[in-house]
Amino acid sequence: MKDKIANISRRNFVKGFALSGLVLAVGLPGLSTAAEAKQYGRDGMPHGWVDNPLVFVSIAEDGTVTIVAHRSEMGQGVRTSLPMVVADEMEADWAQVKVVQAYGDEEKFGNQDTDGSRSVRHFFMPMRNVGAAARMMLETAAAALWSVPVSEVKAMNHKVVHEASGRSVGFGELAQSASKLPVPERESLIYKDASDFRYIGKSDMKLADGEVIATGQTEYGMDIRLENMVYAVVAHPPAYGDTLASYDDKETLNVPGVIKTLTLPSSAPPAVFNPLGGVVVVAENTWAAIQGREKLKIEWKAGPNSDYESAAFREKMQTSANQKGGKVLRQLGDSYQVLEDAEATISADYYIPHLAQAPMEPPVATAYFKGDSCELWAPTQAPQASRDTVAKWLELKPEQVKVNVTLLGGGFGRKSKPDFLVEAALTSKALGGKPVKLVWTREDDIQHSYFHTVSYEHLQAAFDENGKTQAWLHRTVAPSIASTFDASSVHQMPIEIGMGVVNIPFSIPNIQLENPAAENHTRIGWFRSVSNIPHAFAVQSFISEMAHQQNRDHKALLLELIGDDREIDPRMLRDEWNYGESPEQYPLNTGRLRRVIEHVTETANWGKSLPEGQGQGLAAHYSFVTYVAAVVEVKVSDDGEVSVPKVDISVDCGPQVNPERIRSQVEGACIMGISLAMLGEISFKDGVAVQNNFDGYQVSRMNEAPAEINVHLMPANSYDDPLGGVGEPGMPPIAPALCNAIFAATKKRIRNLPIRYQLEA
Amino acid sequence: MKLTINEQVHELNAPDEMPILWALRDVLGMTGTKFGCGKSLCGACTVMLDGNPIRSCVTPVKAAENKSITTIEAISEQKTGQAIQNAWIENNVPQCGYCQSGQIVSATALLNANPQPNDEDINNAMSGNICRCGTYNRIRDAIKQAANKLEADHEG
Ligand code: FES
Ligand code: FES
Repeated sequence: MKDKIANISRRNFVKGFALSGLVLAVGLPGLSTAAEAKQYGRDGMPHGWVDNPLVFVSIAEDGTVTIVAHRSEMGQGVRTSLPMVVADEMEADWAQVKVVQAYGDEEKFGNQDTDGSRSVRHFFMPMRNVGAAARMMLETAAAALWSVPVSEVKAMNHKVVHEASGRSVGFGELAQSASKLPVPERESLIYKDASDFRYIGKSDMKLADGEVIATGQTEYGMDIRLENMVYAVVAHPPAYGDTLASYDDKETLNVPGVIKTLTLPSSAPPAVFNPLGGVVVVAENTWAAIQGREKLKIEWKAGPNSDYESAAFREKMQTSANQKGGKVLRQLGDSYQVLEDAEATISADYYIPHLAQAPMEPPVATAYFKGDSCELWAPTQAPQASRDTVAKWLELKPEQVKVNVTLLGGGFGRKSKPDFLVEAALTSKALGGKPVKLVWTREDDIQHSYFHTVSYEHLQAAFDENGKTQAWLHRTVAPSIASTFDASSVHQMPIEIGMGVVNIPFSIPNIQLENPAAENHTRIGWFRSVSNIPHAFAVQSFISEMAHQQNRDHKALLLELIGDDREIDPRMLRDEWNYGESPEQYPLNTGRLRRVIEHVTETANWGKSLPEGQGQGLAAHYSFVTYVAAVVEVKVSDDGEVSVPKVDISVDCGPQVNPERIRSQVEGACIMGISLAMLGEISFKDGVAVQNNFDGYQVSRMNEAPAEINVHLMPANSYDDPLGGVGEPGMPPIAPALCNAIFAATKKRIRNLPIRYQLEA
Repeated sequence: MKLTINEQVHELNAPDEMPILWALRDVLGMTGTKFGCGKSLCGACTVMLDGNPIRSCVTPVKAAENKSITTIEAISEQKTGQAIQNAWIENNVPQCGYCQSGQIVSATALLNANPQPNDEDINNAMSGNICRCGTYNRIRDAIKQAANKLEADHEG
C-alpha cells in the first residue's frame, strides 16, 4: 500500500464492481416525527449508514481489492480498522488491499462525522455486511464458473476454492462476473465465525499508512498543491466578536511575493461554523503571506467580548458555583437537609481552564472555486458539514461542492468545525476562481480555536457516623457548546451533563445536581472527551478527598459508592443522551466499572509501599459507553518537579476490533491527559487568548511522558456484544488519577488545573 | 541561489531570508517536511544541515548555501535512517503521523551521533519534537530497537 492517500474521484474506480448509488439502508433522523420511535446509535446519526458493497469495495483484475474508508483518519487508525473488517469478512488478503478515502457525501457513504468515538462502534457491523456480501458474490460467481452448487465453494484468502475438485480461482478473475450479480439481501448474509478472523481482534495489524508516513510521502491537508495555486493567511479579529474597522496594506503589498489583500465577512453570533472575518493576504508562497500579514496595519472595532478576562470570569463562576440554585439536573432525596444535619461533611471546588486542541497540523484548506461549483481539499472531521456550510456561504447547492478529505495531522475536535474551509472557499471566489491554499499558522490555531470550555465545579458530600456517604451535591458551571449554535444558551446541554455529572452510577441516598448559568465569551467547541475532562477531574478528585477525610482506602470507598453490580437505565439518572446509544442496549453497567477498577488496582499493585515523595493515584470514569480505570504513579522531587514512572490503564470497550490501535489510542489519551493536567491552559485578557504558540501554550514533550504506560484490555464475551468508544474515554481519568497520586506523594491537593508550578516550594 | 538537497542541486528563486521549510514545501514542492509552529518550538520541520538536525522553519536558505540539506524524503539512504524507518513501521509508531517526519530525522541524527542512546540521551535529543498524539513511548522503543538492530548488523 505504497500509494499516497487517493480520492476515489481521482482514480479509475470501476474496475471490478461497478460503482452505483444504490443505498441499502439510510436512516433519516432529520425526517423522523415525534410519533416515530427515537433512533439510536448509527441509525440516529445524520444520513445513518450504508452497507452496500458496490459503494465500498471494488476489485481489479489483478486482484487488488480497493476498500473505501469513509471516516476521516486523524491518528485513530480508522483507515486500518474499518477496511480490515471488510477485508477479513470477505476473505481478502490485507497485503492486496488498497484503501481509498471517500469524499464528503453522506447520502452515498452514510454518516461521516468523525467524532464522538463512534467510527468503529457504529460501522463494525455495516462493514461486516459489506465484506460478507462481497464474499458471497464472489462465491456465487465461482460456483457458476464451475457449475457446482455454491454450498461447495468457499472464499479463502483472496481465492475461491472448490475443495472436492481441488480447483481455485483468484478474486481478480472473478471480479467481472461477480460485479454483475445482485447484491445479496442483508437478511441472507452469512458471517464468518469469529474463530476464523484473520485481522479482527488480532494484535499484529500493521497500519494502512505506516509506510507512507515513515517515508514522508503522505498527503495531509497542508501538503495539497494544485496548478496555479496561490497561498493565503488571514489576520483574524483579536477577540471573538471584534470586527474590521479599516486597514492599510501599503507595506504588505511591498513584501516580495505578496499578490493582494482582501477581506472576509465577519459573522454575527452564534458562531456555528462561520468564518471569523478579517483580512486575507494572498501570496505566491506561505512565507510571503505570513510576512505580509505582519506588515498590515489594522483597526479593529471592539465587540461584545473584548473585555473577556479569565481571572474575573473565574470569580464569577466561583460565585455561582457556591450559591444554592441554578438549573436542577437531578434530585434524589434531600441533599441540602442531610448536609446540614450530618456529622461530617466535606466540600471542595475545582477549576479547569480553557484548552486548545492544537492538532500538530493546524487548520488548512485548499479551495478551487469554478463559478457554479467549488472543489475543496481539507483535513476535515466533518466532510458533509463542510460541504453544506461552504455551499451556504457560496450560495451553491451542496451537490455543487465537493470536499476531498485528506489525511488529518490530528483533529481532537478542532477539525469538526469547517470555518477554515469556508475562508478558503470565499477567498478562491474573491480571487475570481483561483485555487488557493489557506493556511492557519500556529498562532491562528491557538488563538482562534473553538476552545474547550472553562469550568468551575463545586462538590459537597455528607457522611453518617459510620462513614457511609449519605449525600452528594455537585454544581457544575461552564459555558456550553450550545452557545456556539444559540448565543443565548447559558446551560450545559444533555450531551455535556451526560458526561459525568448526571450519569454518575453512585448508590448514594441523597443526590443534588445543579447547573448555574454561565455565558460564553469565545467560541466553545469539542475537545477530545469534551466535558468529561472537568467532570471526571472534579468527581474523581473529590472521591479521593472524601476517602482521605474519612480515613478510608480510596479504592474501597470508590467501590462502595458504585455499589452492587447492576445495570442502570441512563434515563433513571436523567441522562437522556447516553452517547446517542439505546438505553436498553447500552445500560450503565456498574459491574463493568467495578471490574476495570479491580483489574487496574491489582495489576498496578495498588497500595504498595513507595518511598517518600512518590505515590499512586486512582480514578475511574465511564464515557463514550466505555469503562476505564487508571492508576498513575508519580514521583515529586524536593523542588516540586513531577515525573511519572508508570501508568496502568484498564479499559472495557466491549469487543475489540483492532486491539493494537486501541492501545495506541489509550497511550495517546494518557499523554494528552497528563499534558492538560500539567500544562494546559488558555487564558484570556482583553478578550484575546494570551497564549499563541507552543511556548505559551505548552504541551507534554517526551521528557514529560510516563516512563511506562501499560494498557490492559478487558476481554469481551463475543463480537455480538455492543461496542464501546475508544478514541476519547482513555483521557478523563488521567488528570484526576495524576493529582490523586500527587496528593499521596506530597499531601498537596491540586484543585486548579494546570499543575504547572503549584508544587514548587 | 543553489541549494543542495538530498544530494541534488536545485536552483532556487527565493529571497535569502526565506526559511528552508517554505523553500522546500512551497517553492520546490517537497512536502515531506512539515510546518507545525514556525517558531522553532515543535520540531515538525526538522531536516539535517550537513548532518546536524536543524529547525528549517527558522533557518534561512542563505544559511544552507554551500551546505547539504537532507530531508525525510532521502533519510532512507542513510543506514540509520532506514533502520529508524523500519522500526517505526514495525512498532506502528505513528498516530496521525504529522510530526513523524521531524521525529524520524531527529532520531536518525541521534543514532548517527550516539549509536546506543540511553533513556536520558533519547529524551534530550527528542524533547524538541512535539507529538500531540502522544506517541513518545513508542518512539523511545523504536529508537532502541533500531539501535540494537544496527549494532547486531554491525557485529554480524
Ligand atoms: S515548524 Fe519548525 S519547529 Fe515547529
Ligand atoms: S503522530 Fe500525530 S502529532 Fe505525532
